[in-house]
Amino acid sequence: MEAYLSLFVKAVFVENLALSFFLGMCTFLALSKKIETAIGLGIAVAVVQTITVPVNNLILNFLLKDNAILPGVDLTFLGLISYIGVIAAMVQILEMVLDKYLPSLYNALGVFLPLITVNCAILGGSLFMVERDYNFGESVTYGISSGIGWALAVVALAGVREKLKYSDVPKGLEGLGITFITVGLMSMGFMAFSGVQL
Amino acid sequence: MSPEAKHNLVDPLIGNNPITLQILGICSALAVTTSMKTALLMCVALTLVLAFSNASISAIRNHIPGSIRIIVQMTIIASLVIVVDQLLKAFAYDTAKQLSVFVGLIITNCIVMGRAEAYAMKNPPGLSFLDGIGNGLGYSLVLIVVAFFRELFGAGSLMGYQIMPLTTEGGWYQSNGLLLLPPSAFFIIGLMIWAIRAWKPEQNEAPDFKIHESHGHSTGGAH
Repeated sequence: MEAYLSLFVKAVFVENLALSFFLGMCTFLALSKKIETAIGLGIAVAVVQTITVPVNNLILNFLLKDNAILPGVDLTFLGLISYIGVIAAMVQILEMVLDKYLPSLYNALGVFLPLITVNCAILGGSLFMVERDYNFGESVTYGISSGIGWALAVVALAGVREKLKYSDVPKGLEGLGITFITVGLMSMGFMAFSGVQL
Repeated sequence: MSPEAKHNLVDPLIGNNPITLQILGICSALAVTTSMKTALLMCVALTLVLAFSNASISAIRNHIPGSIRIIVQMTIIASLVIVVDQLLKAFAYDTAKQLSVFVGLIITNCIVMGRAEAYAMKNPPGLSFLDGIGNGLGYSLVLIVVAFFRELFGAGSLMGYQIMPLTTEGGWYQSNGLLLLPPSAFFIIGLMIWAIRAWKPEQNEAPDFKIHESHGHSTGGAH
C-alpha cells in the first residue's frame, strides 16, 4: 500500500507530466485560457489516462512480450502502434459511452475528447509504464495519478492566465511568450516537491 | 526550384516557425534539449518522419475517405516512427536510451499530424515532402538553439566536449545547474519567441484587452 501511495505522490507532484516532462504541451498551452475549459480538459485527460495505462499494460504483458502468445514470438516492436491504437479506440468508446449515459458530462467535454488522442501526455504515460516496467497494480495507480497531476497543472495555469490578461506585458511577449515564462515559473515551483519522499 | 518549393523549404525556418508561431510540437522541443547530441538526433528523427509521412499521406490523399483519415494518418506515422525507433536502437543505442520515450512520442507530435492535415492532404507528394523537410528544419533550428544555450551554460560543454572547464574539475566556469532543469527550457523558448517577435512585429498576437487606449490618442480634447 505504501509503495502505491509513494508512486501517487511522485506522479502527481514530483514527476508531473506537464511540468517536468513537458508532455501534452500543445493542448496545455492552447486550451488554458479559461478555467472552465481547463477543468473540462483536465477531467477528460485524467479519465482517459486512468483507462489507457492499465489496458496498455495488459496488452504488453499478454500479447506483445516475448513468449506471450506463442513461444518464441516477440512482438514488442509493435508496441507503439498498438498503444496508439488502444488510445484512439478508448477515446472513441468513451465518447460513445458518455454520449449515451452521461450526456451532461459529454457536452461539457465537447471537442476536447477527440483531441485527447493526440495528446502526448496519454501516450507518454503508457510509454513510461513500459519503460519503468510497472506491474498491473502500479500501472493503475500511475494512470490515475499522472492524469490528476496533468489536470492540476492545466487548471493552475488557466488560473494564472486569467489574471494575466489584465496585466501590461511587453508587446512581443504577449500571448505565447509570457505563457512560456509563466509555465517556467510554475515548473520551478513544482521542483520544490522534488525532495518529497514517502 | 519552383517558387512554391522554395517557399515551403525556407518559410518555416523563421517566418512561419512550427514551434514559435504555430505552437506545434513543443513537448519534445523542451525535453530533449539538455544536450546537443540528443537534440540533434531528435531533429534528424523528426525531420525524416515528417518528410516521409507528408509524402506518403499526400501520395494517397485522394483515396483516403474523410471520415477515417485521422486513423489512416496515425497508422502511417506510427509505422514510420517504429522504423526510426528500431534504426536508432540499432545504430545509436546510447543516445536512443537518453531520448527514452520521446522517440515514440513523435507519433503524437503535433507537427507531424498538423502538417499532414494542413498541407499534405491538399498538395502533391513532392511539395509535401519539401514542406516536411522545411518544417523539420524550422523545428531543428529552435531545438539546436535551445540545446546550445542549455548545454554550454549548464554543463560547460558542447556535443559532450568540454568547452569551459568547470570549477568542480579545477577550471574557472561555475556551471549554472538551473539550465539543466526543466524550467529553463520554458524560459529560453519564451525569450526566443520575444526575440523573434521583436524582429518581426507582424507575428505579435492581438491583445484581448487594450490597456493604453485612453492615453494614446488624446488629441481630441476632453475624454
